[in-house]
Amino acid sequence: MANKILSCIVNGEPKQIMIDDRESLTDVLRNHLGLTSVKKGCEVGECGACTVLIDGEAFDSCIYLAIWAEGKEIRTTEGLMDSDGNIADIQQAFIDEGAVQCGFCTCGAIMASIPVLEDDKEYTTDEIKKELSGNLCRCTGYENILNAVEKTKVHRCDCKNPKI
Amino acid sequence: MYDIEKIYQATSVKDAISHLVLEPKAIIIAGGSDVLISIRHGKLAGCSLVSIFGLDELRGVTLEDDCSIKIGALTSFSHITKNDIIQKYIPVLGEAVDEIGGPQLRNIGTIGGNISNGVTSADSASTLFALNAKLQLEGPDGQRIIPISEYYVGPGKVSLKNAEILTAIYITKENYENFKGNYIKYAMRNAMDIATLGCSVVCKLNAQKDKIEDVRLAYGVAAPIPMRCFKAEVAVKGMNFSEEMFNAFGETAKTEVSPRTSWRASKDFRLQLVGELCKRALKESIKKCGGVING
Repeated sequence: MANKILSCIVNGEPKQIMIDDRESLTDVLRNHLGLTSVKKGCEVGECGACTVLIDGEAFDSCIYLAIWAEGKEIRTTEGLMDSDGNIADIQQAFIDEGAVQCGFCTCGAIMASIPVLEDDKEYTTDEIKKELSGNLCRCTGYENILNAVEKTKVHRCDCKNPKI
Repeated sequence: MYDIEKIYQATSVKDAISHLVLEPKAIIIAGGSDVLISIRHGKLAGCSLVSIFGLDELRGVTLEDDCSIKIGALTSFSHITKNDIIQKYIPVLGEAVDEIGGPQLRNIGTIGGNISNGVTSADSASTLFALNAKLQLEGPDGQRIIPISEYYVGPGKVSLKNAEILTAIYITKENYENFKGNYIKYAMRNAMDIATLGCSVVCKLNAQKDKIEDVRLAYGVAAPIPMRCFKAEVAVKGMNFSEEMFNAFGETAKTEVSPRTSWRASKDFRLQLVGELCKRALKESIKKCGGVING
């Protein structure tokens, strides 16, 4: 083992953190930065509760060594908040659609949906399901999660291409 | 915190090799979606790692001067699927690796790691067998290129010598030009599952598009290592499309494989899949080639 200084950007802020090189990115985000939206579920890359975005792509942070994040841009659910402290449209949609029950999978599912929402391409329901297939939820039965993502996607597309 | 004795982050392929020479027992970690899980499960607990994850020179897909397609060993599955060269020339490989795990795993998992693990269920392996992939290995004695069929030597064992690293995968022009293919993964769920059986077919039709000019059939989980079915390939070459041809394909393939019973499925069920999936994959490949199958 060895201590290392990790330099990366987390939710838009440059960070320099002293880490142990055996730590997973989940450990560092939770324990060093207090970003507890990143959940520890299975810790073997099966449940998706620890999903974060690294340079725009969704990763299971539990099976990502923190030392690999050097120079990378990481986003967690905390980073979706706007400058006034309001939650994002996708978070509101999860609430509105009843897509949150126990809430443990929620932040991971939301982060997994961000690449879909921020992609200019339109997605079919099956394509959205596929993008969310790495996130397990034991409560909702997925239907409401899917609805929340789909509605937010449609809403964002409509805002970009307003129908006259 | 992972139970790792120490981890060395290589700065180049040469650096990784020289470190592996110094520490022959160290394990190479690429994306980590197998190694880190083995550490978590205790199988590799306390190990010493050499990380090649940071070697961006091993990422990406390029079209070489001789029209070979070179896939860097660290290219992630999702980058292979999205890559323009793959989509244009060997879409079957992009489709095959899009069946692996879930989106998060496809972002971290590397094609080099998938085959270097040596497991028969690797979703990329059967298609790479069907495409006659060649592998570039680099070690203390320099580079060598071997066919993928010589890479797998036994379950979980590949022919990497001490301090050798898989650096790239090549698909040569004669192995993909005019070929179209189809990969079928049979598993209990559509995502986050390991193949009960994987079947990959690539074929090329004659000019009239009514006969198979060339075909290659490969399986994962039909034997201890991924395998080709050469007899089945020979059995249908030059034949007109017919139910007889498809049956000959499936029945001959069944005589070549040696699946086992595991908790996922019985040997008999796997044999049934061997006979059935190759027909479906061949039908789909013929359609993609522009062939018309009557009935």
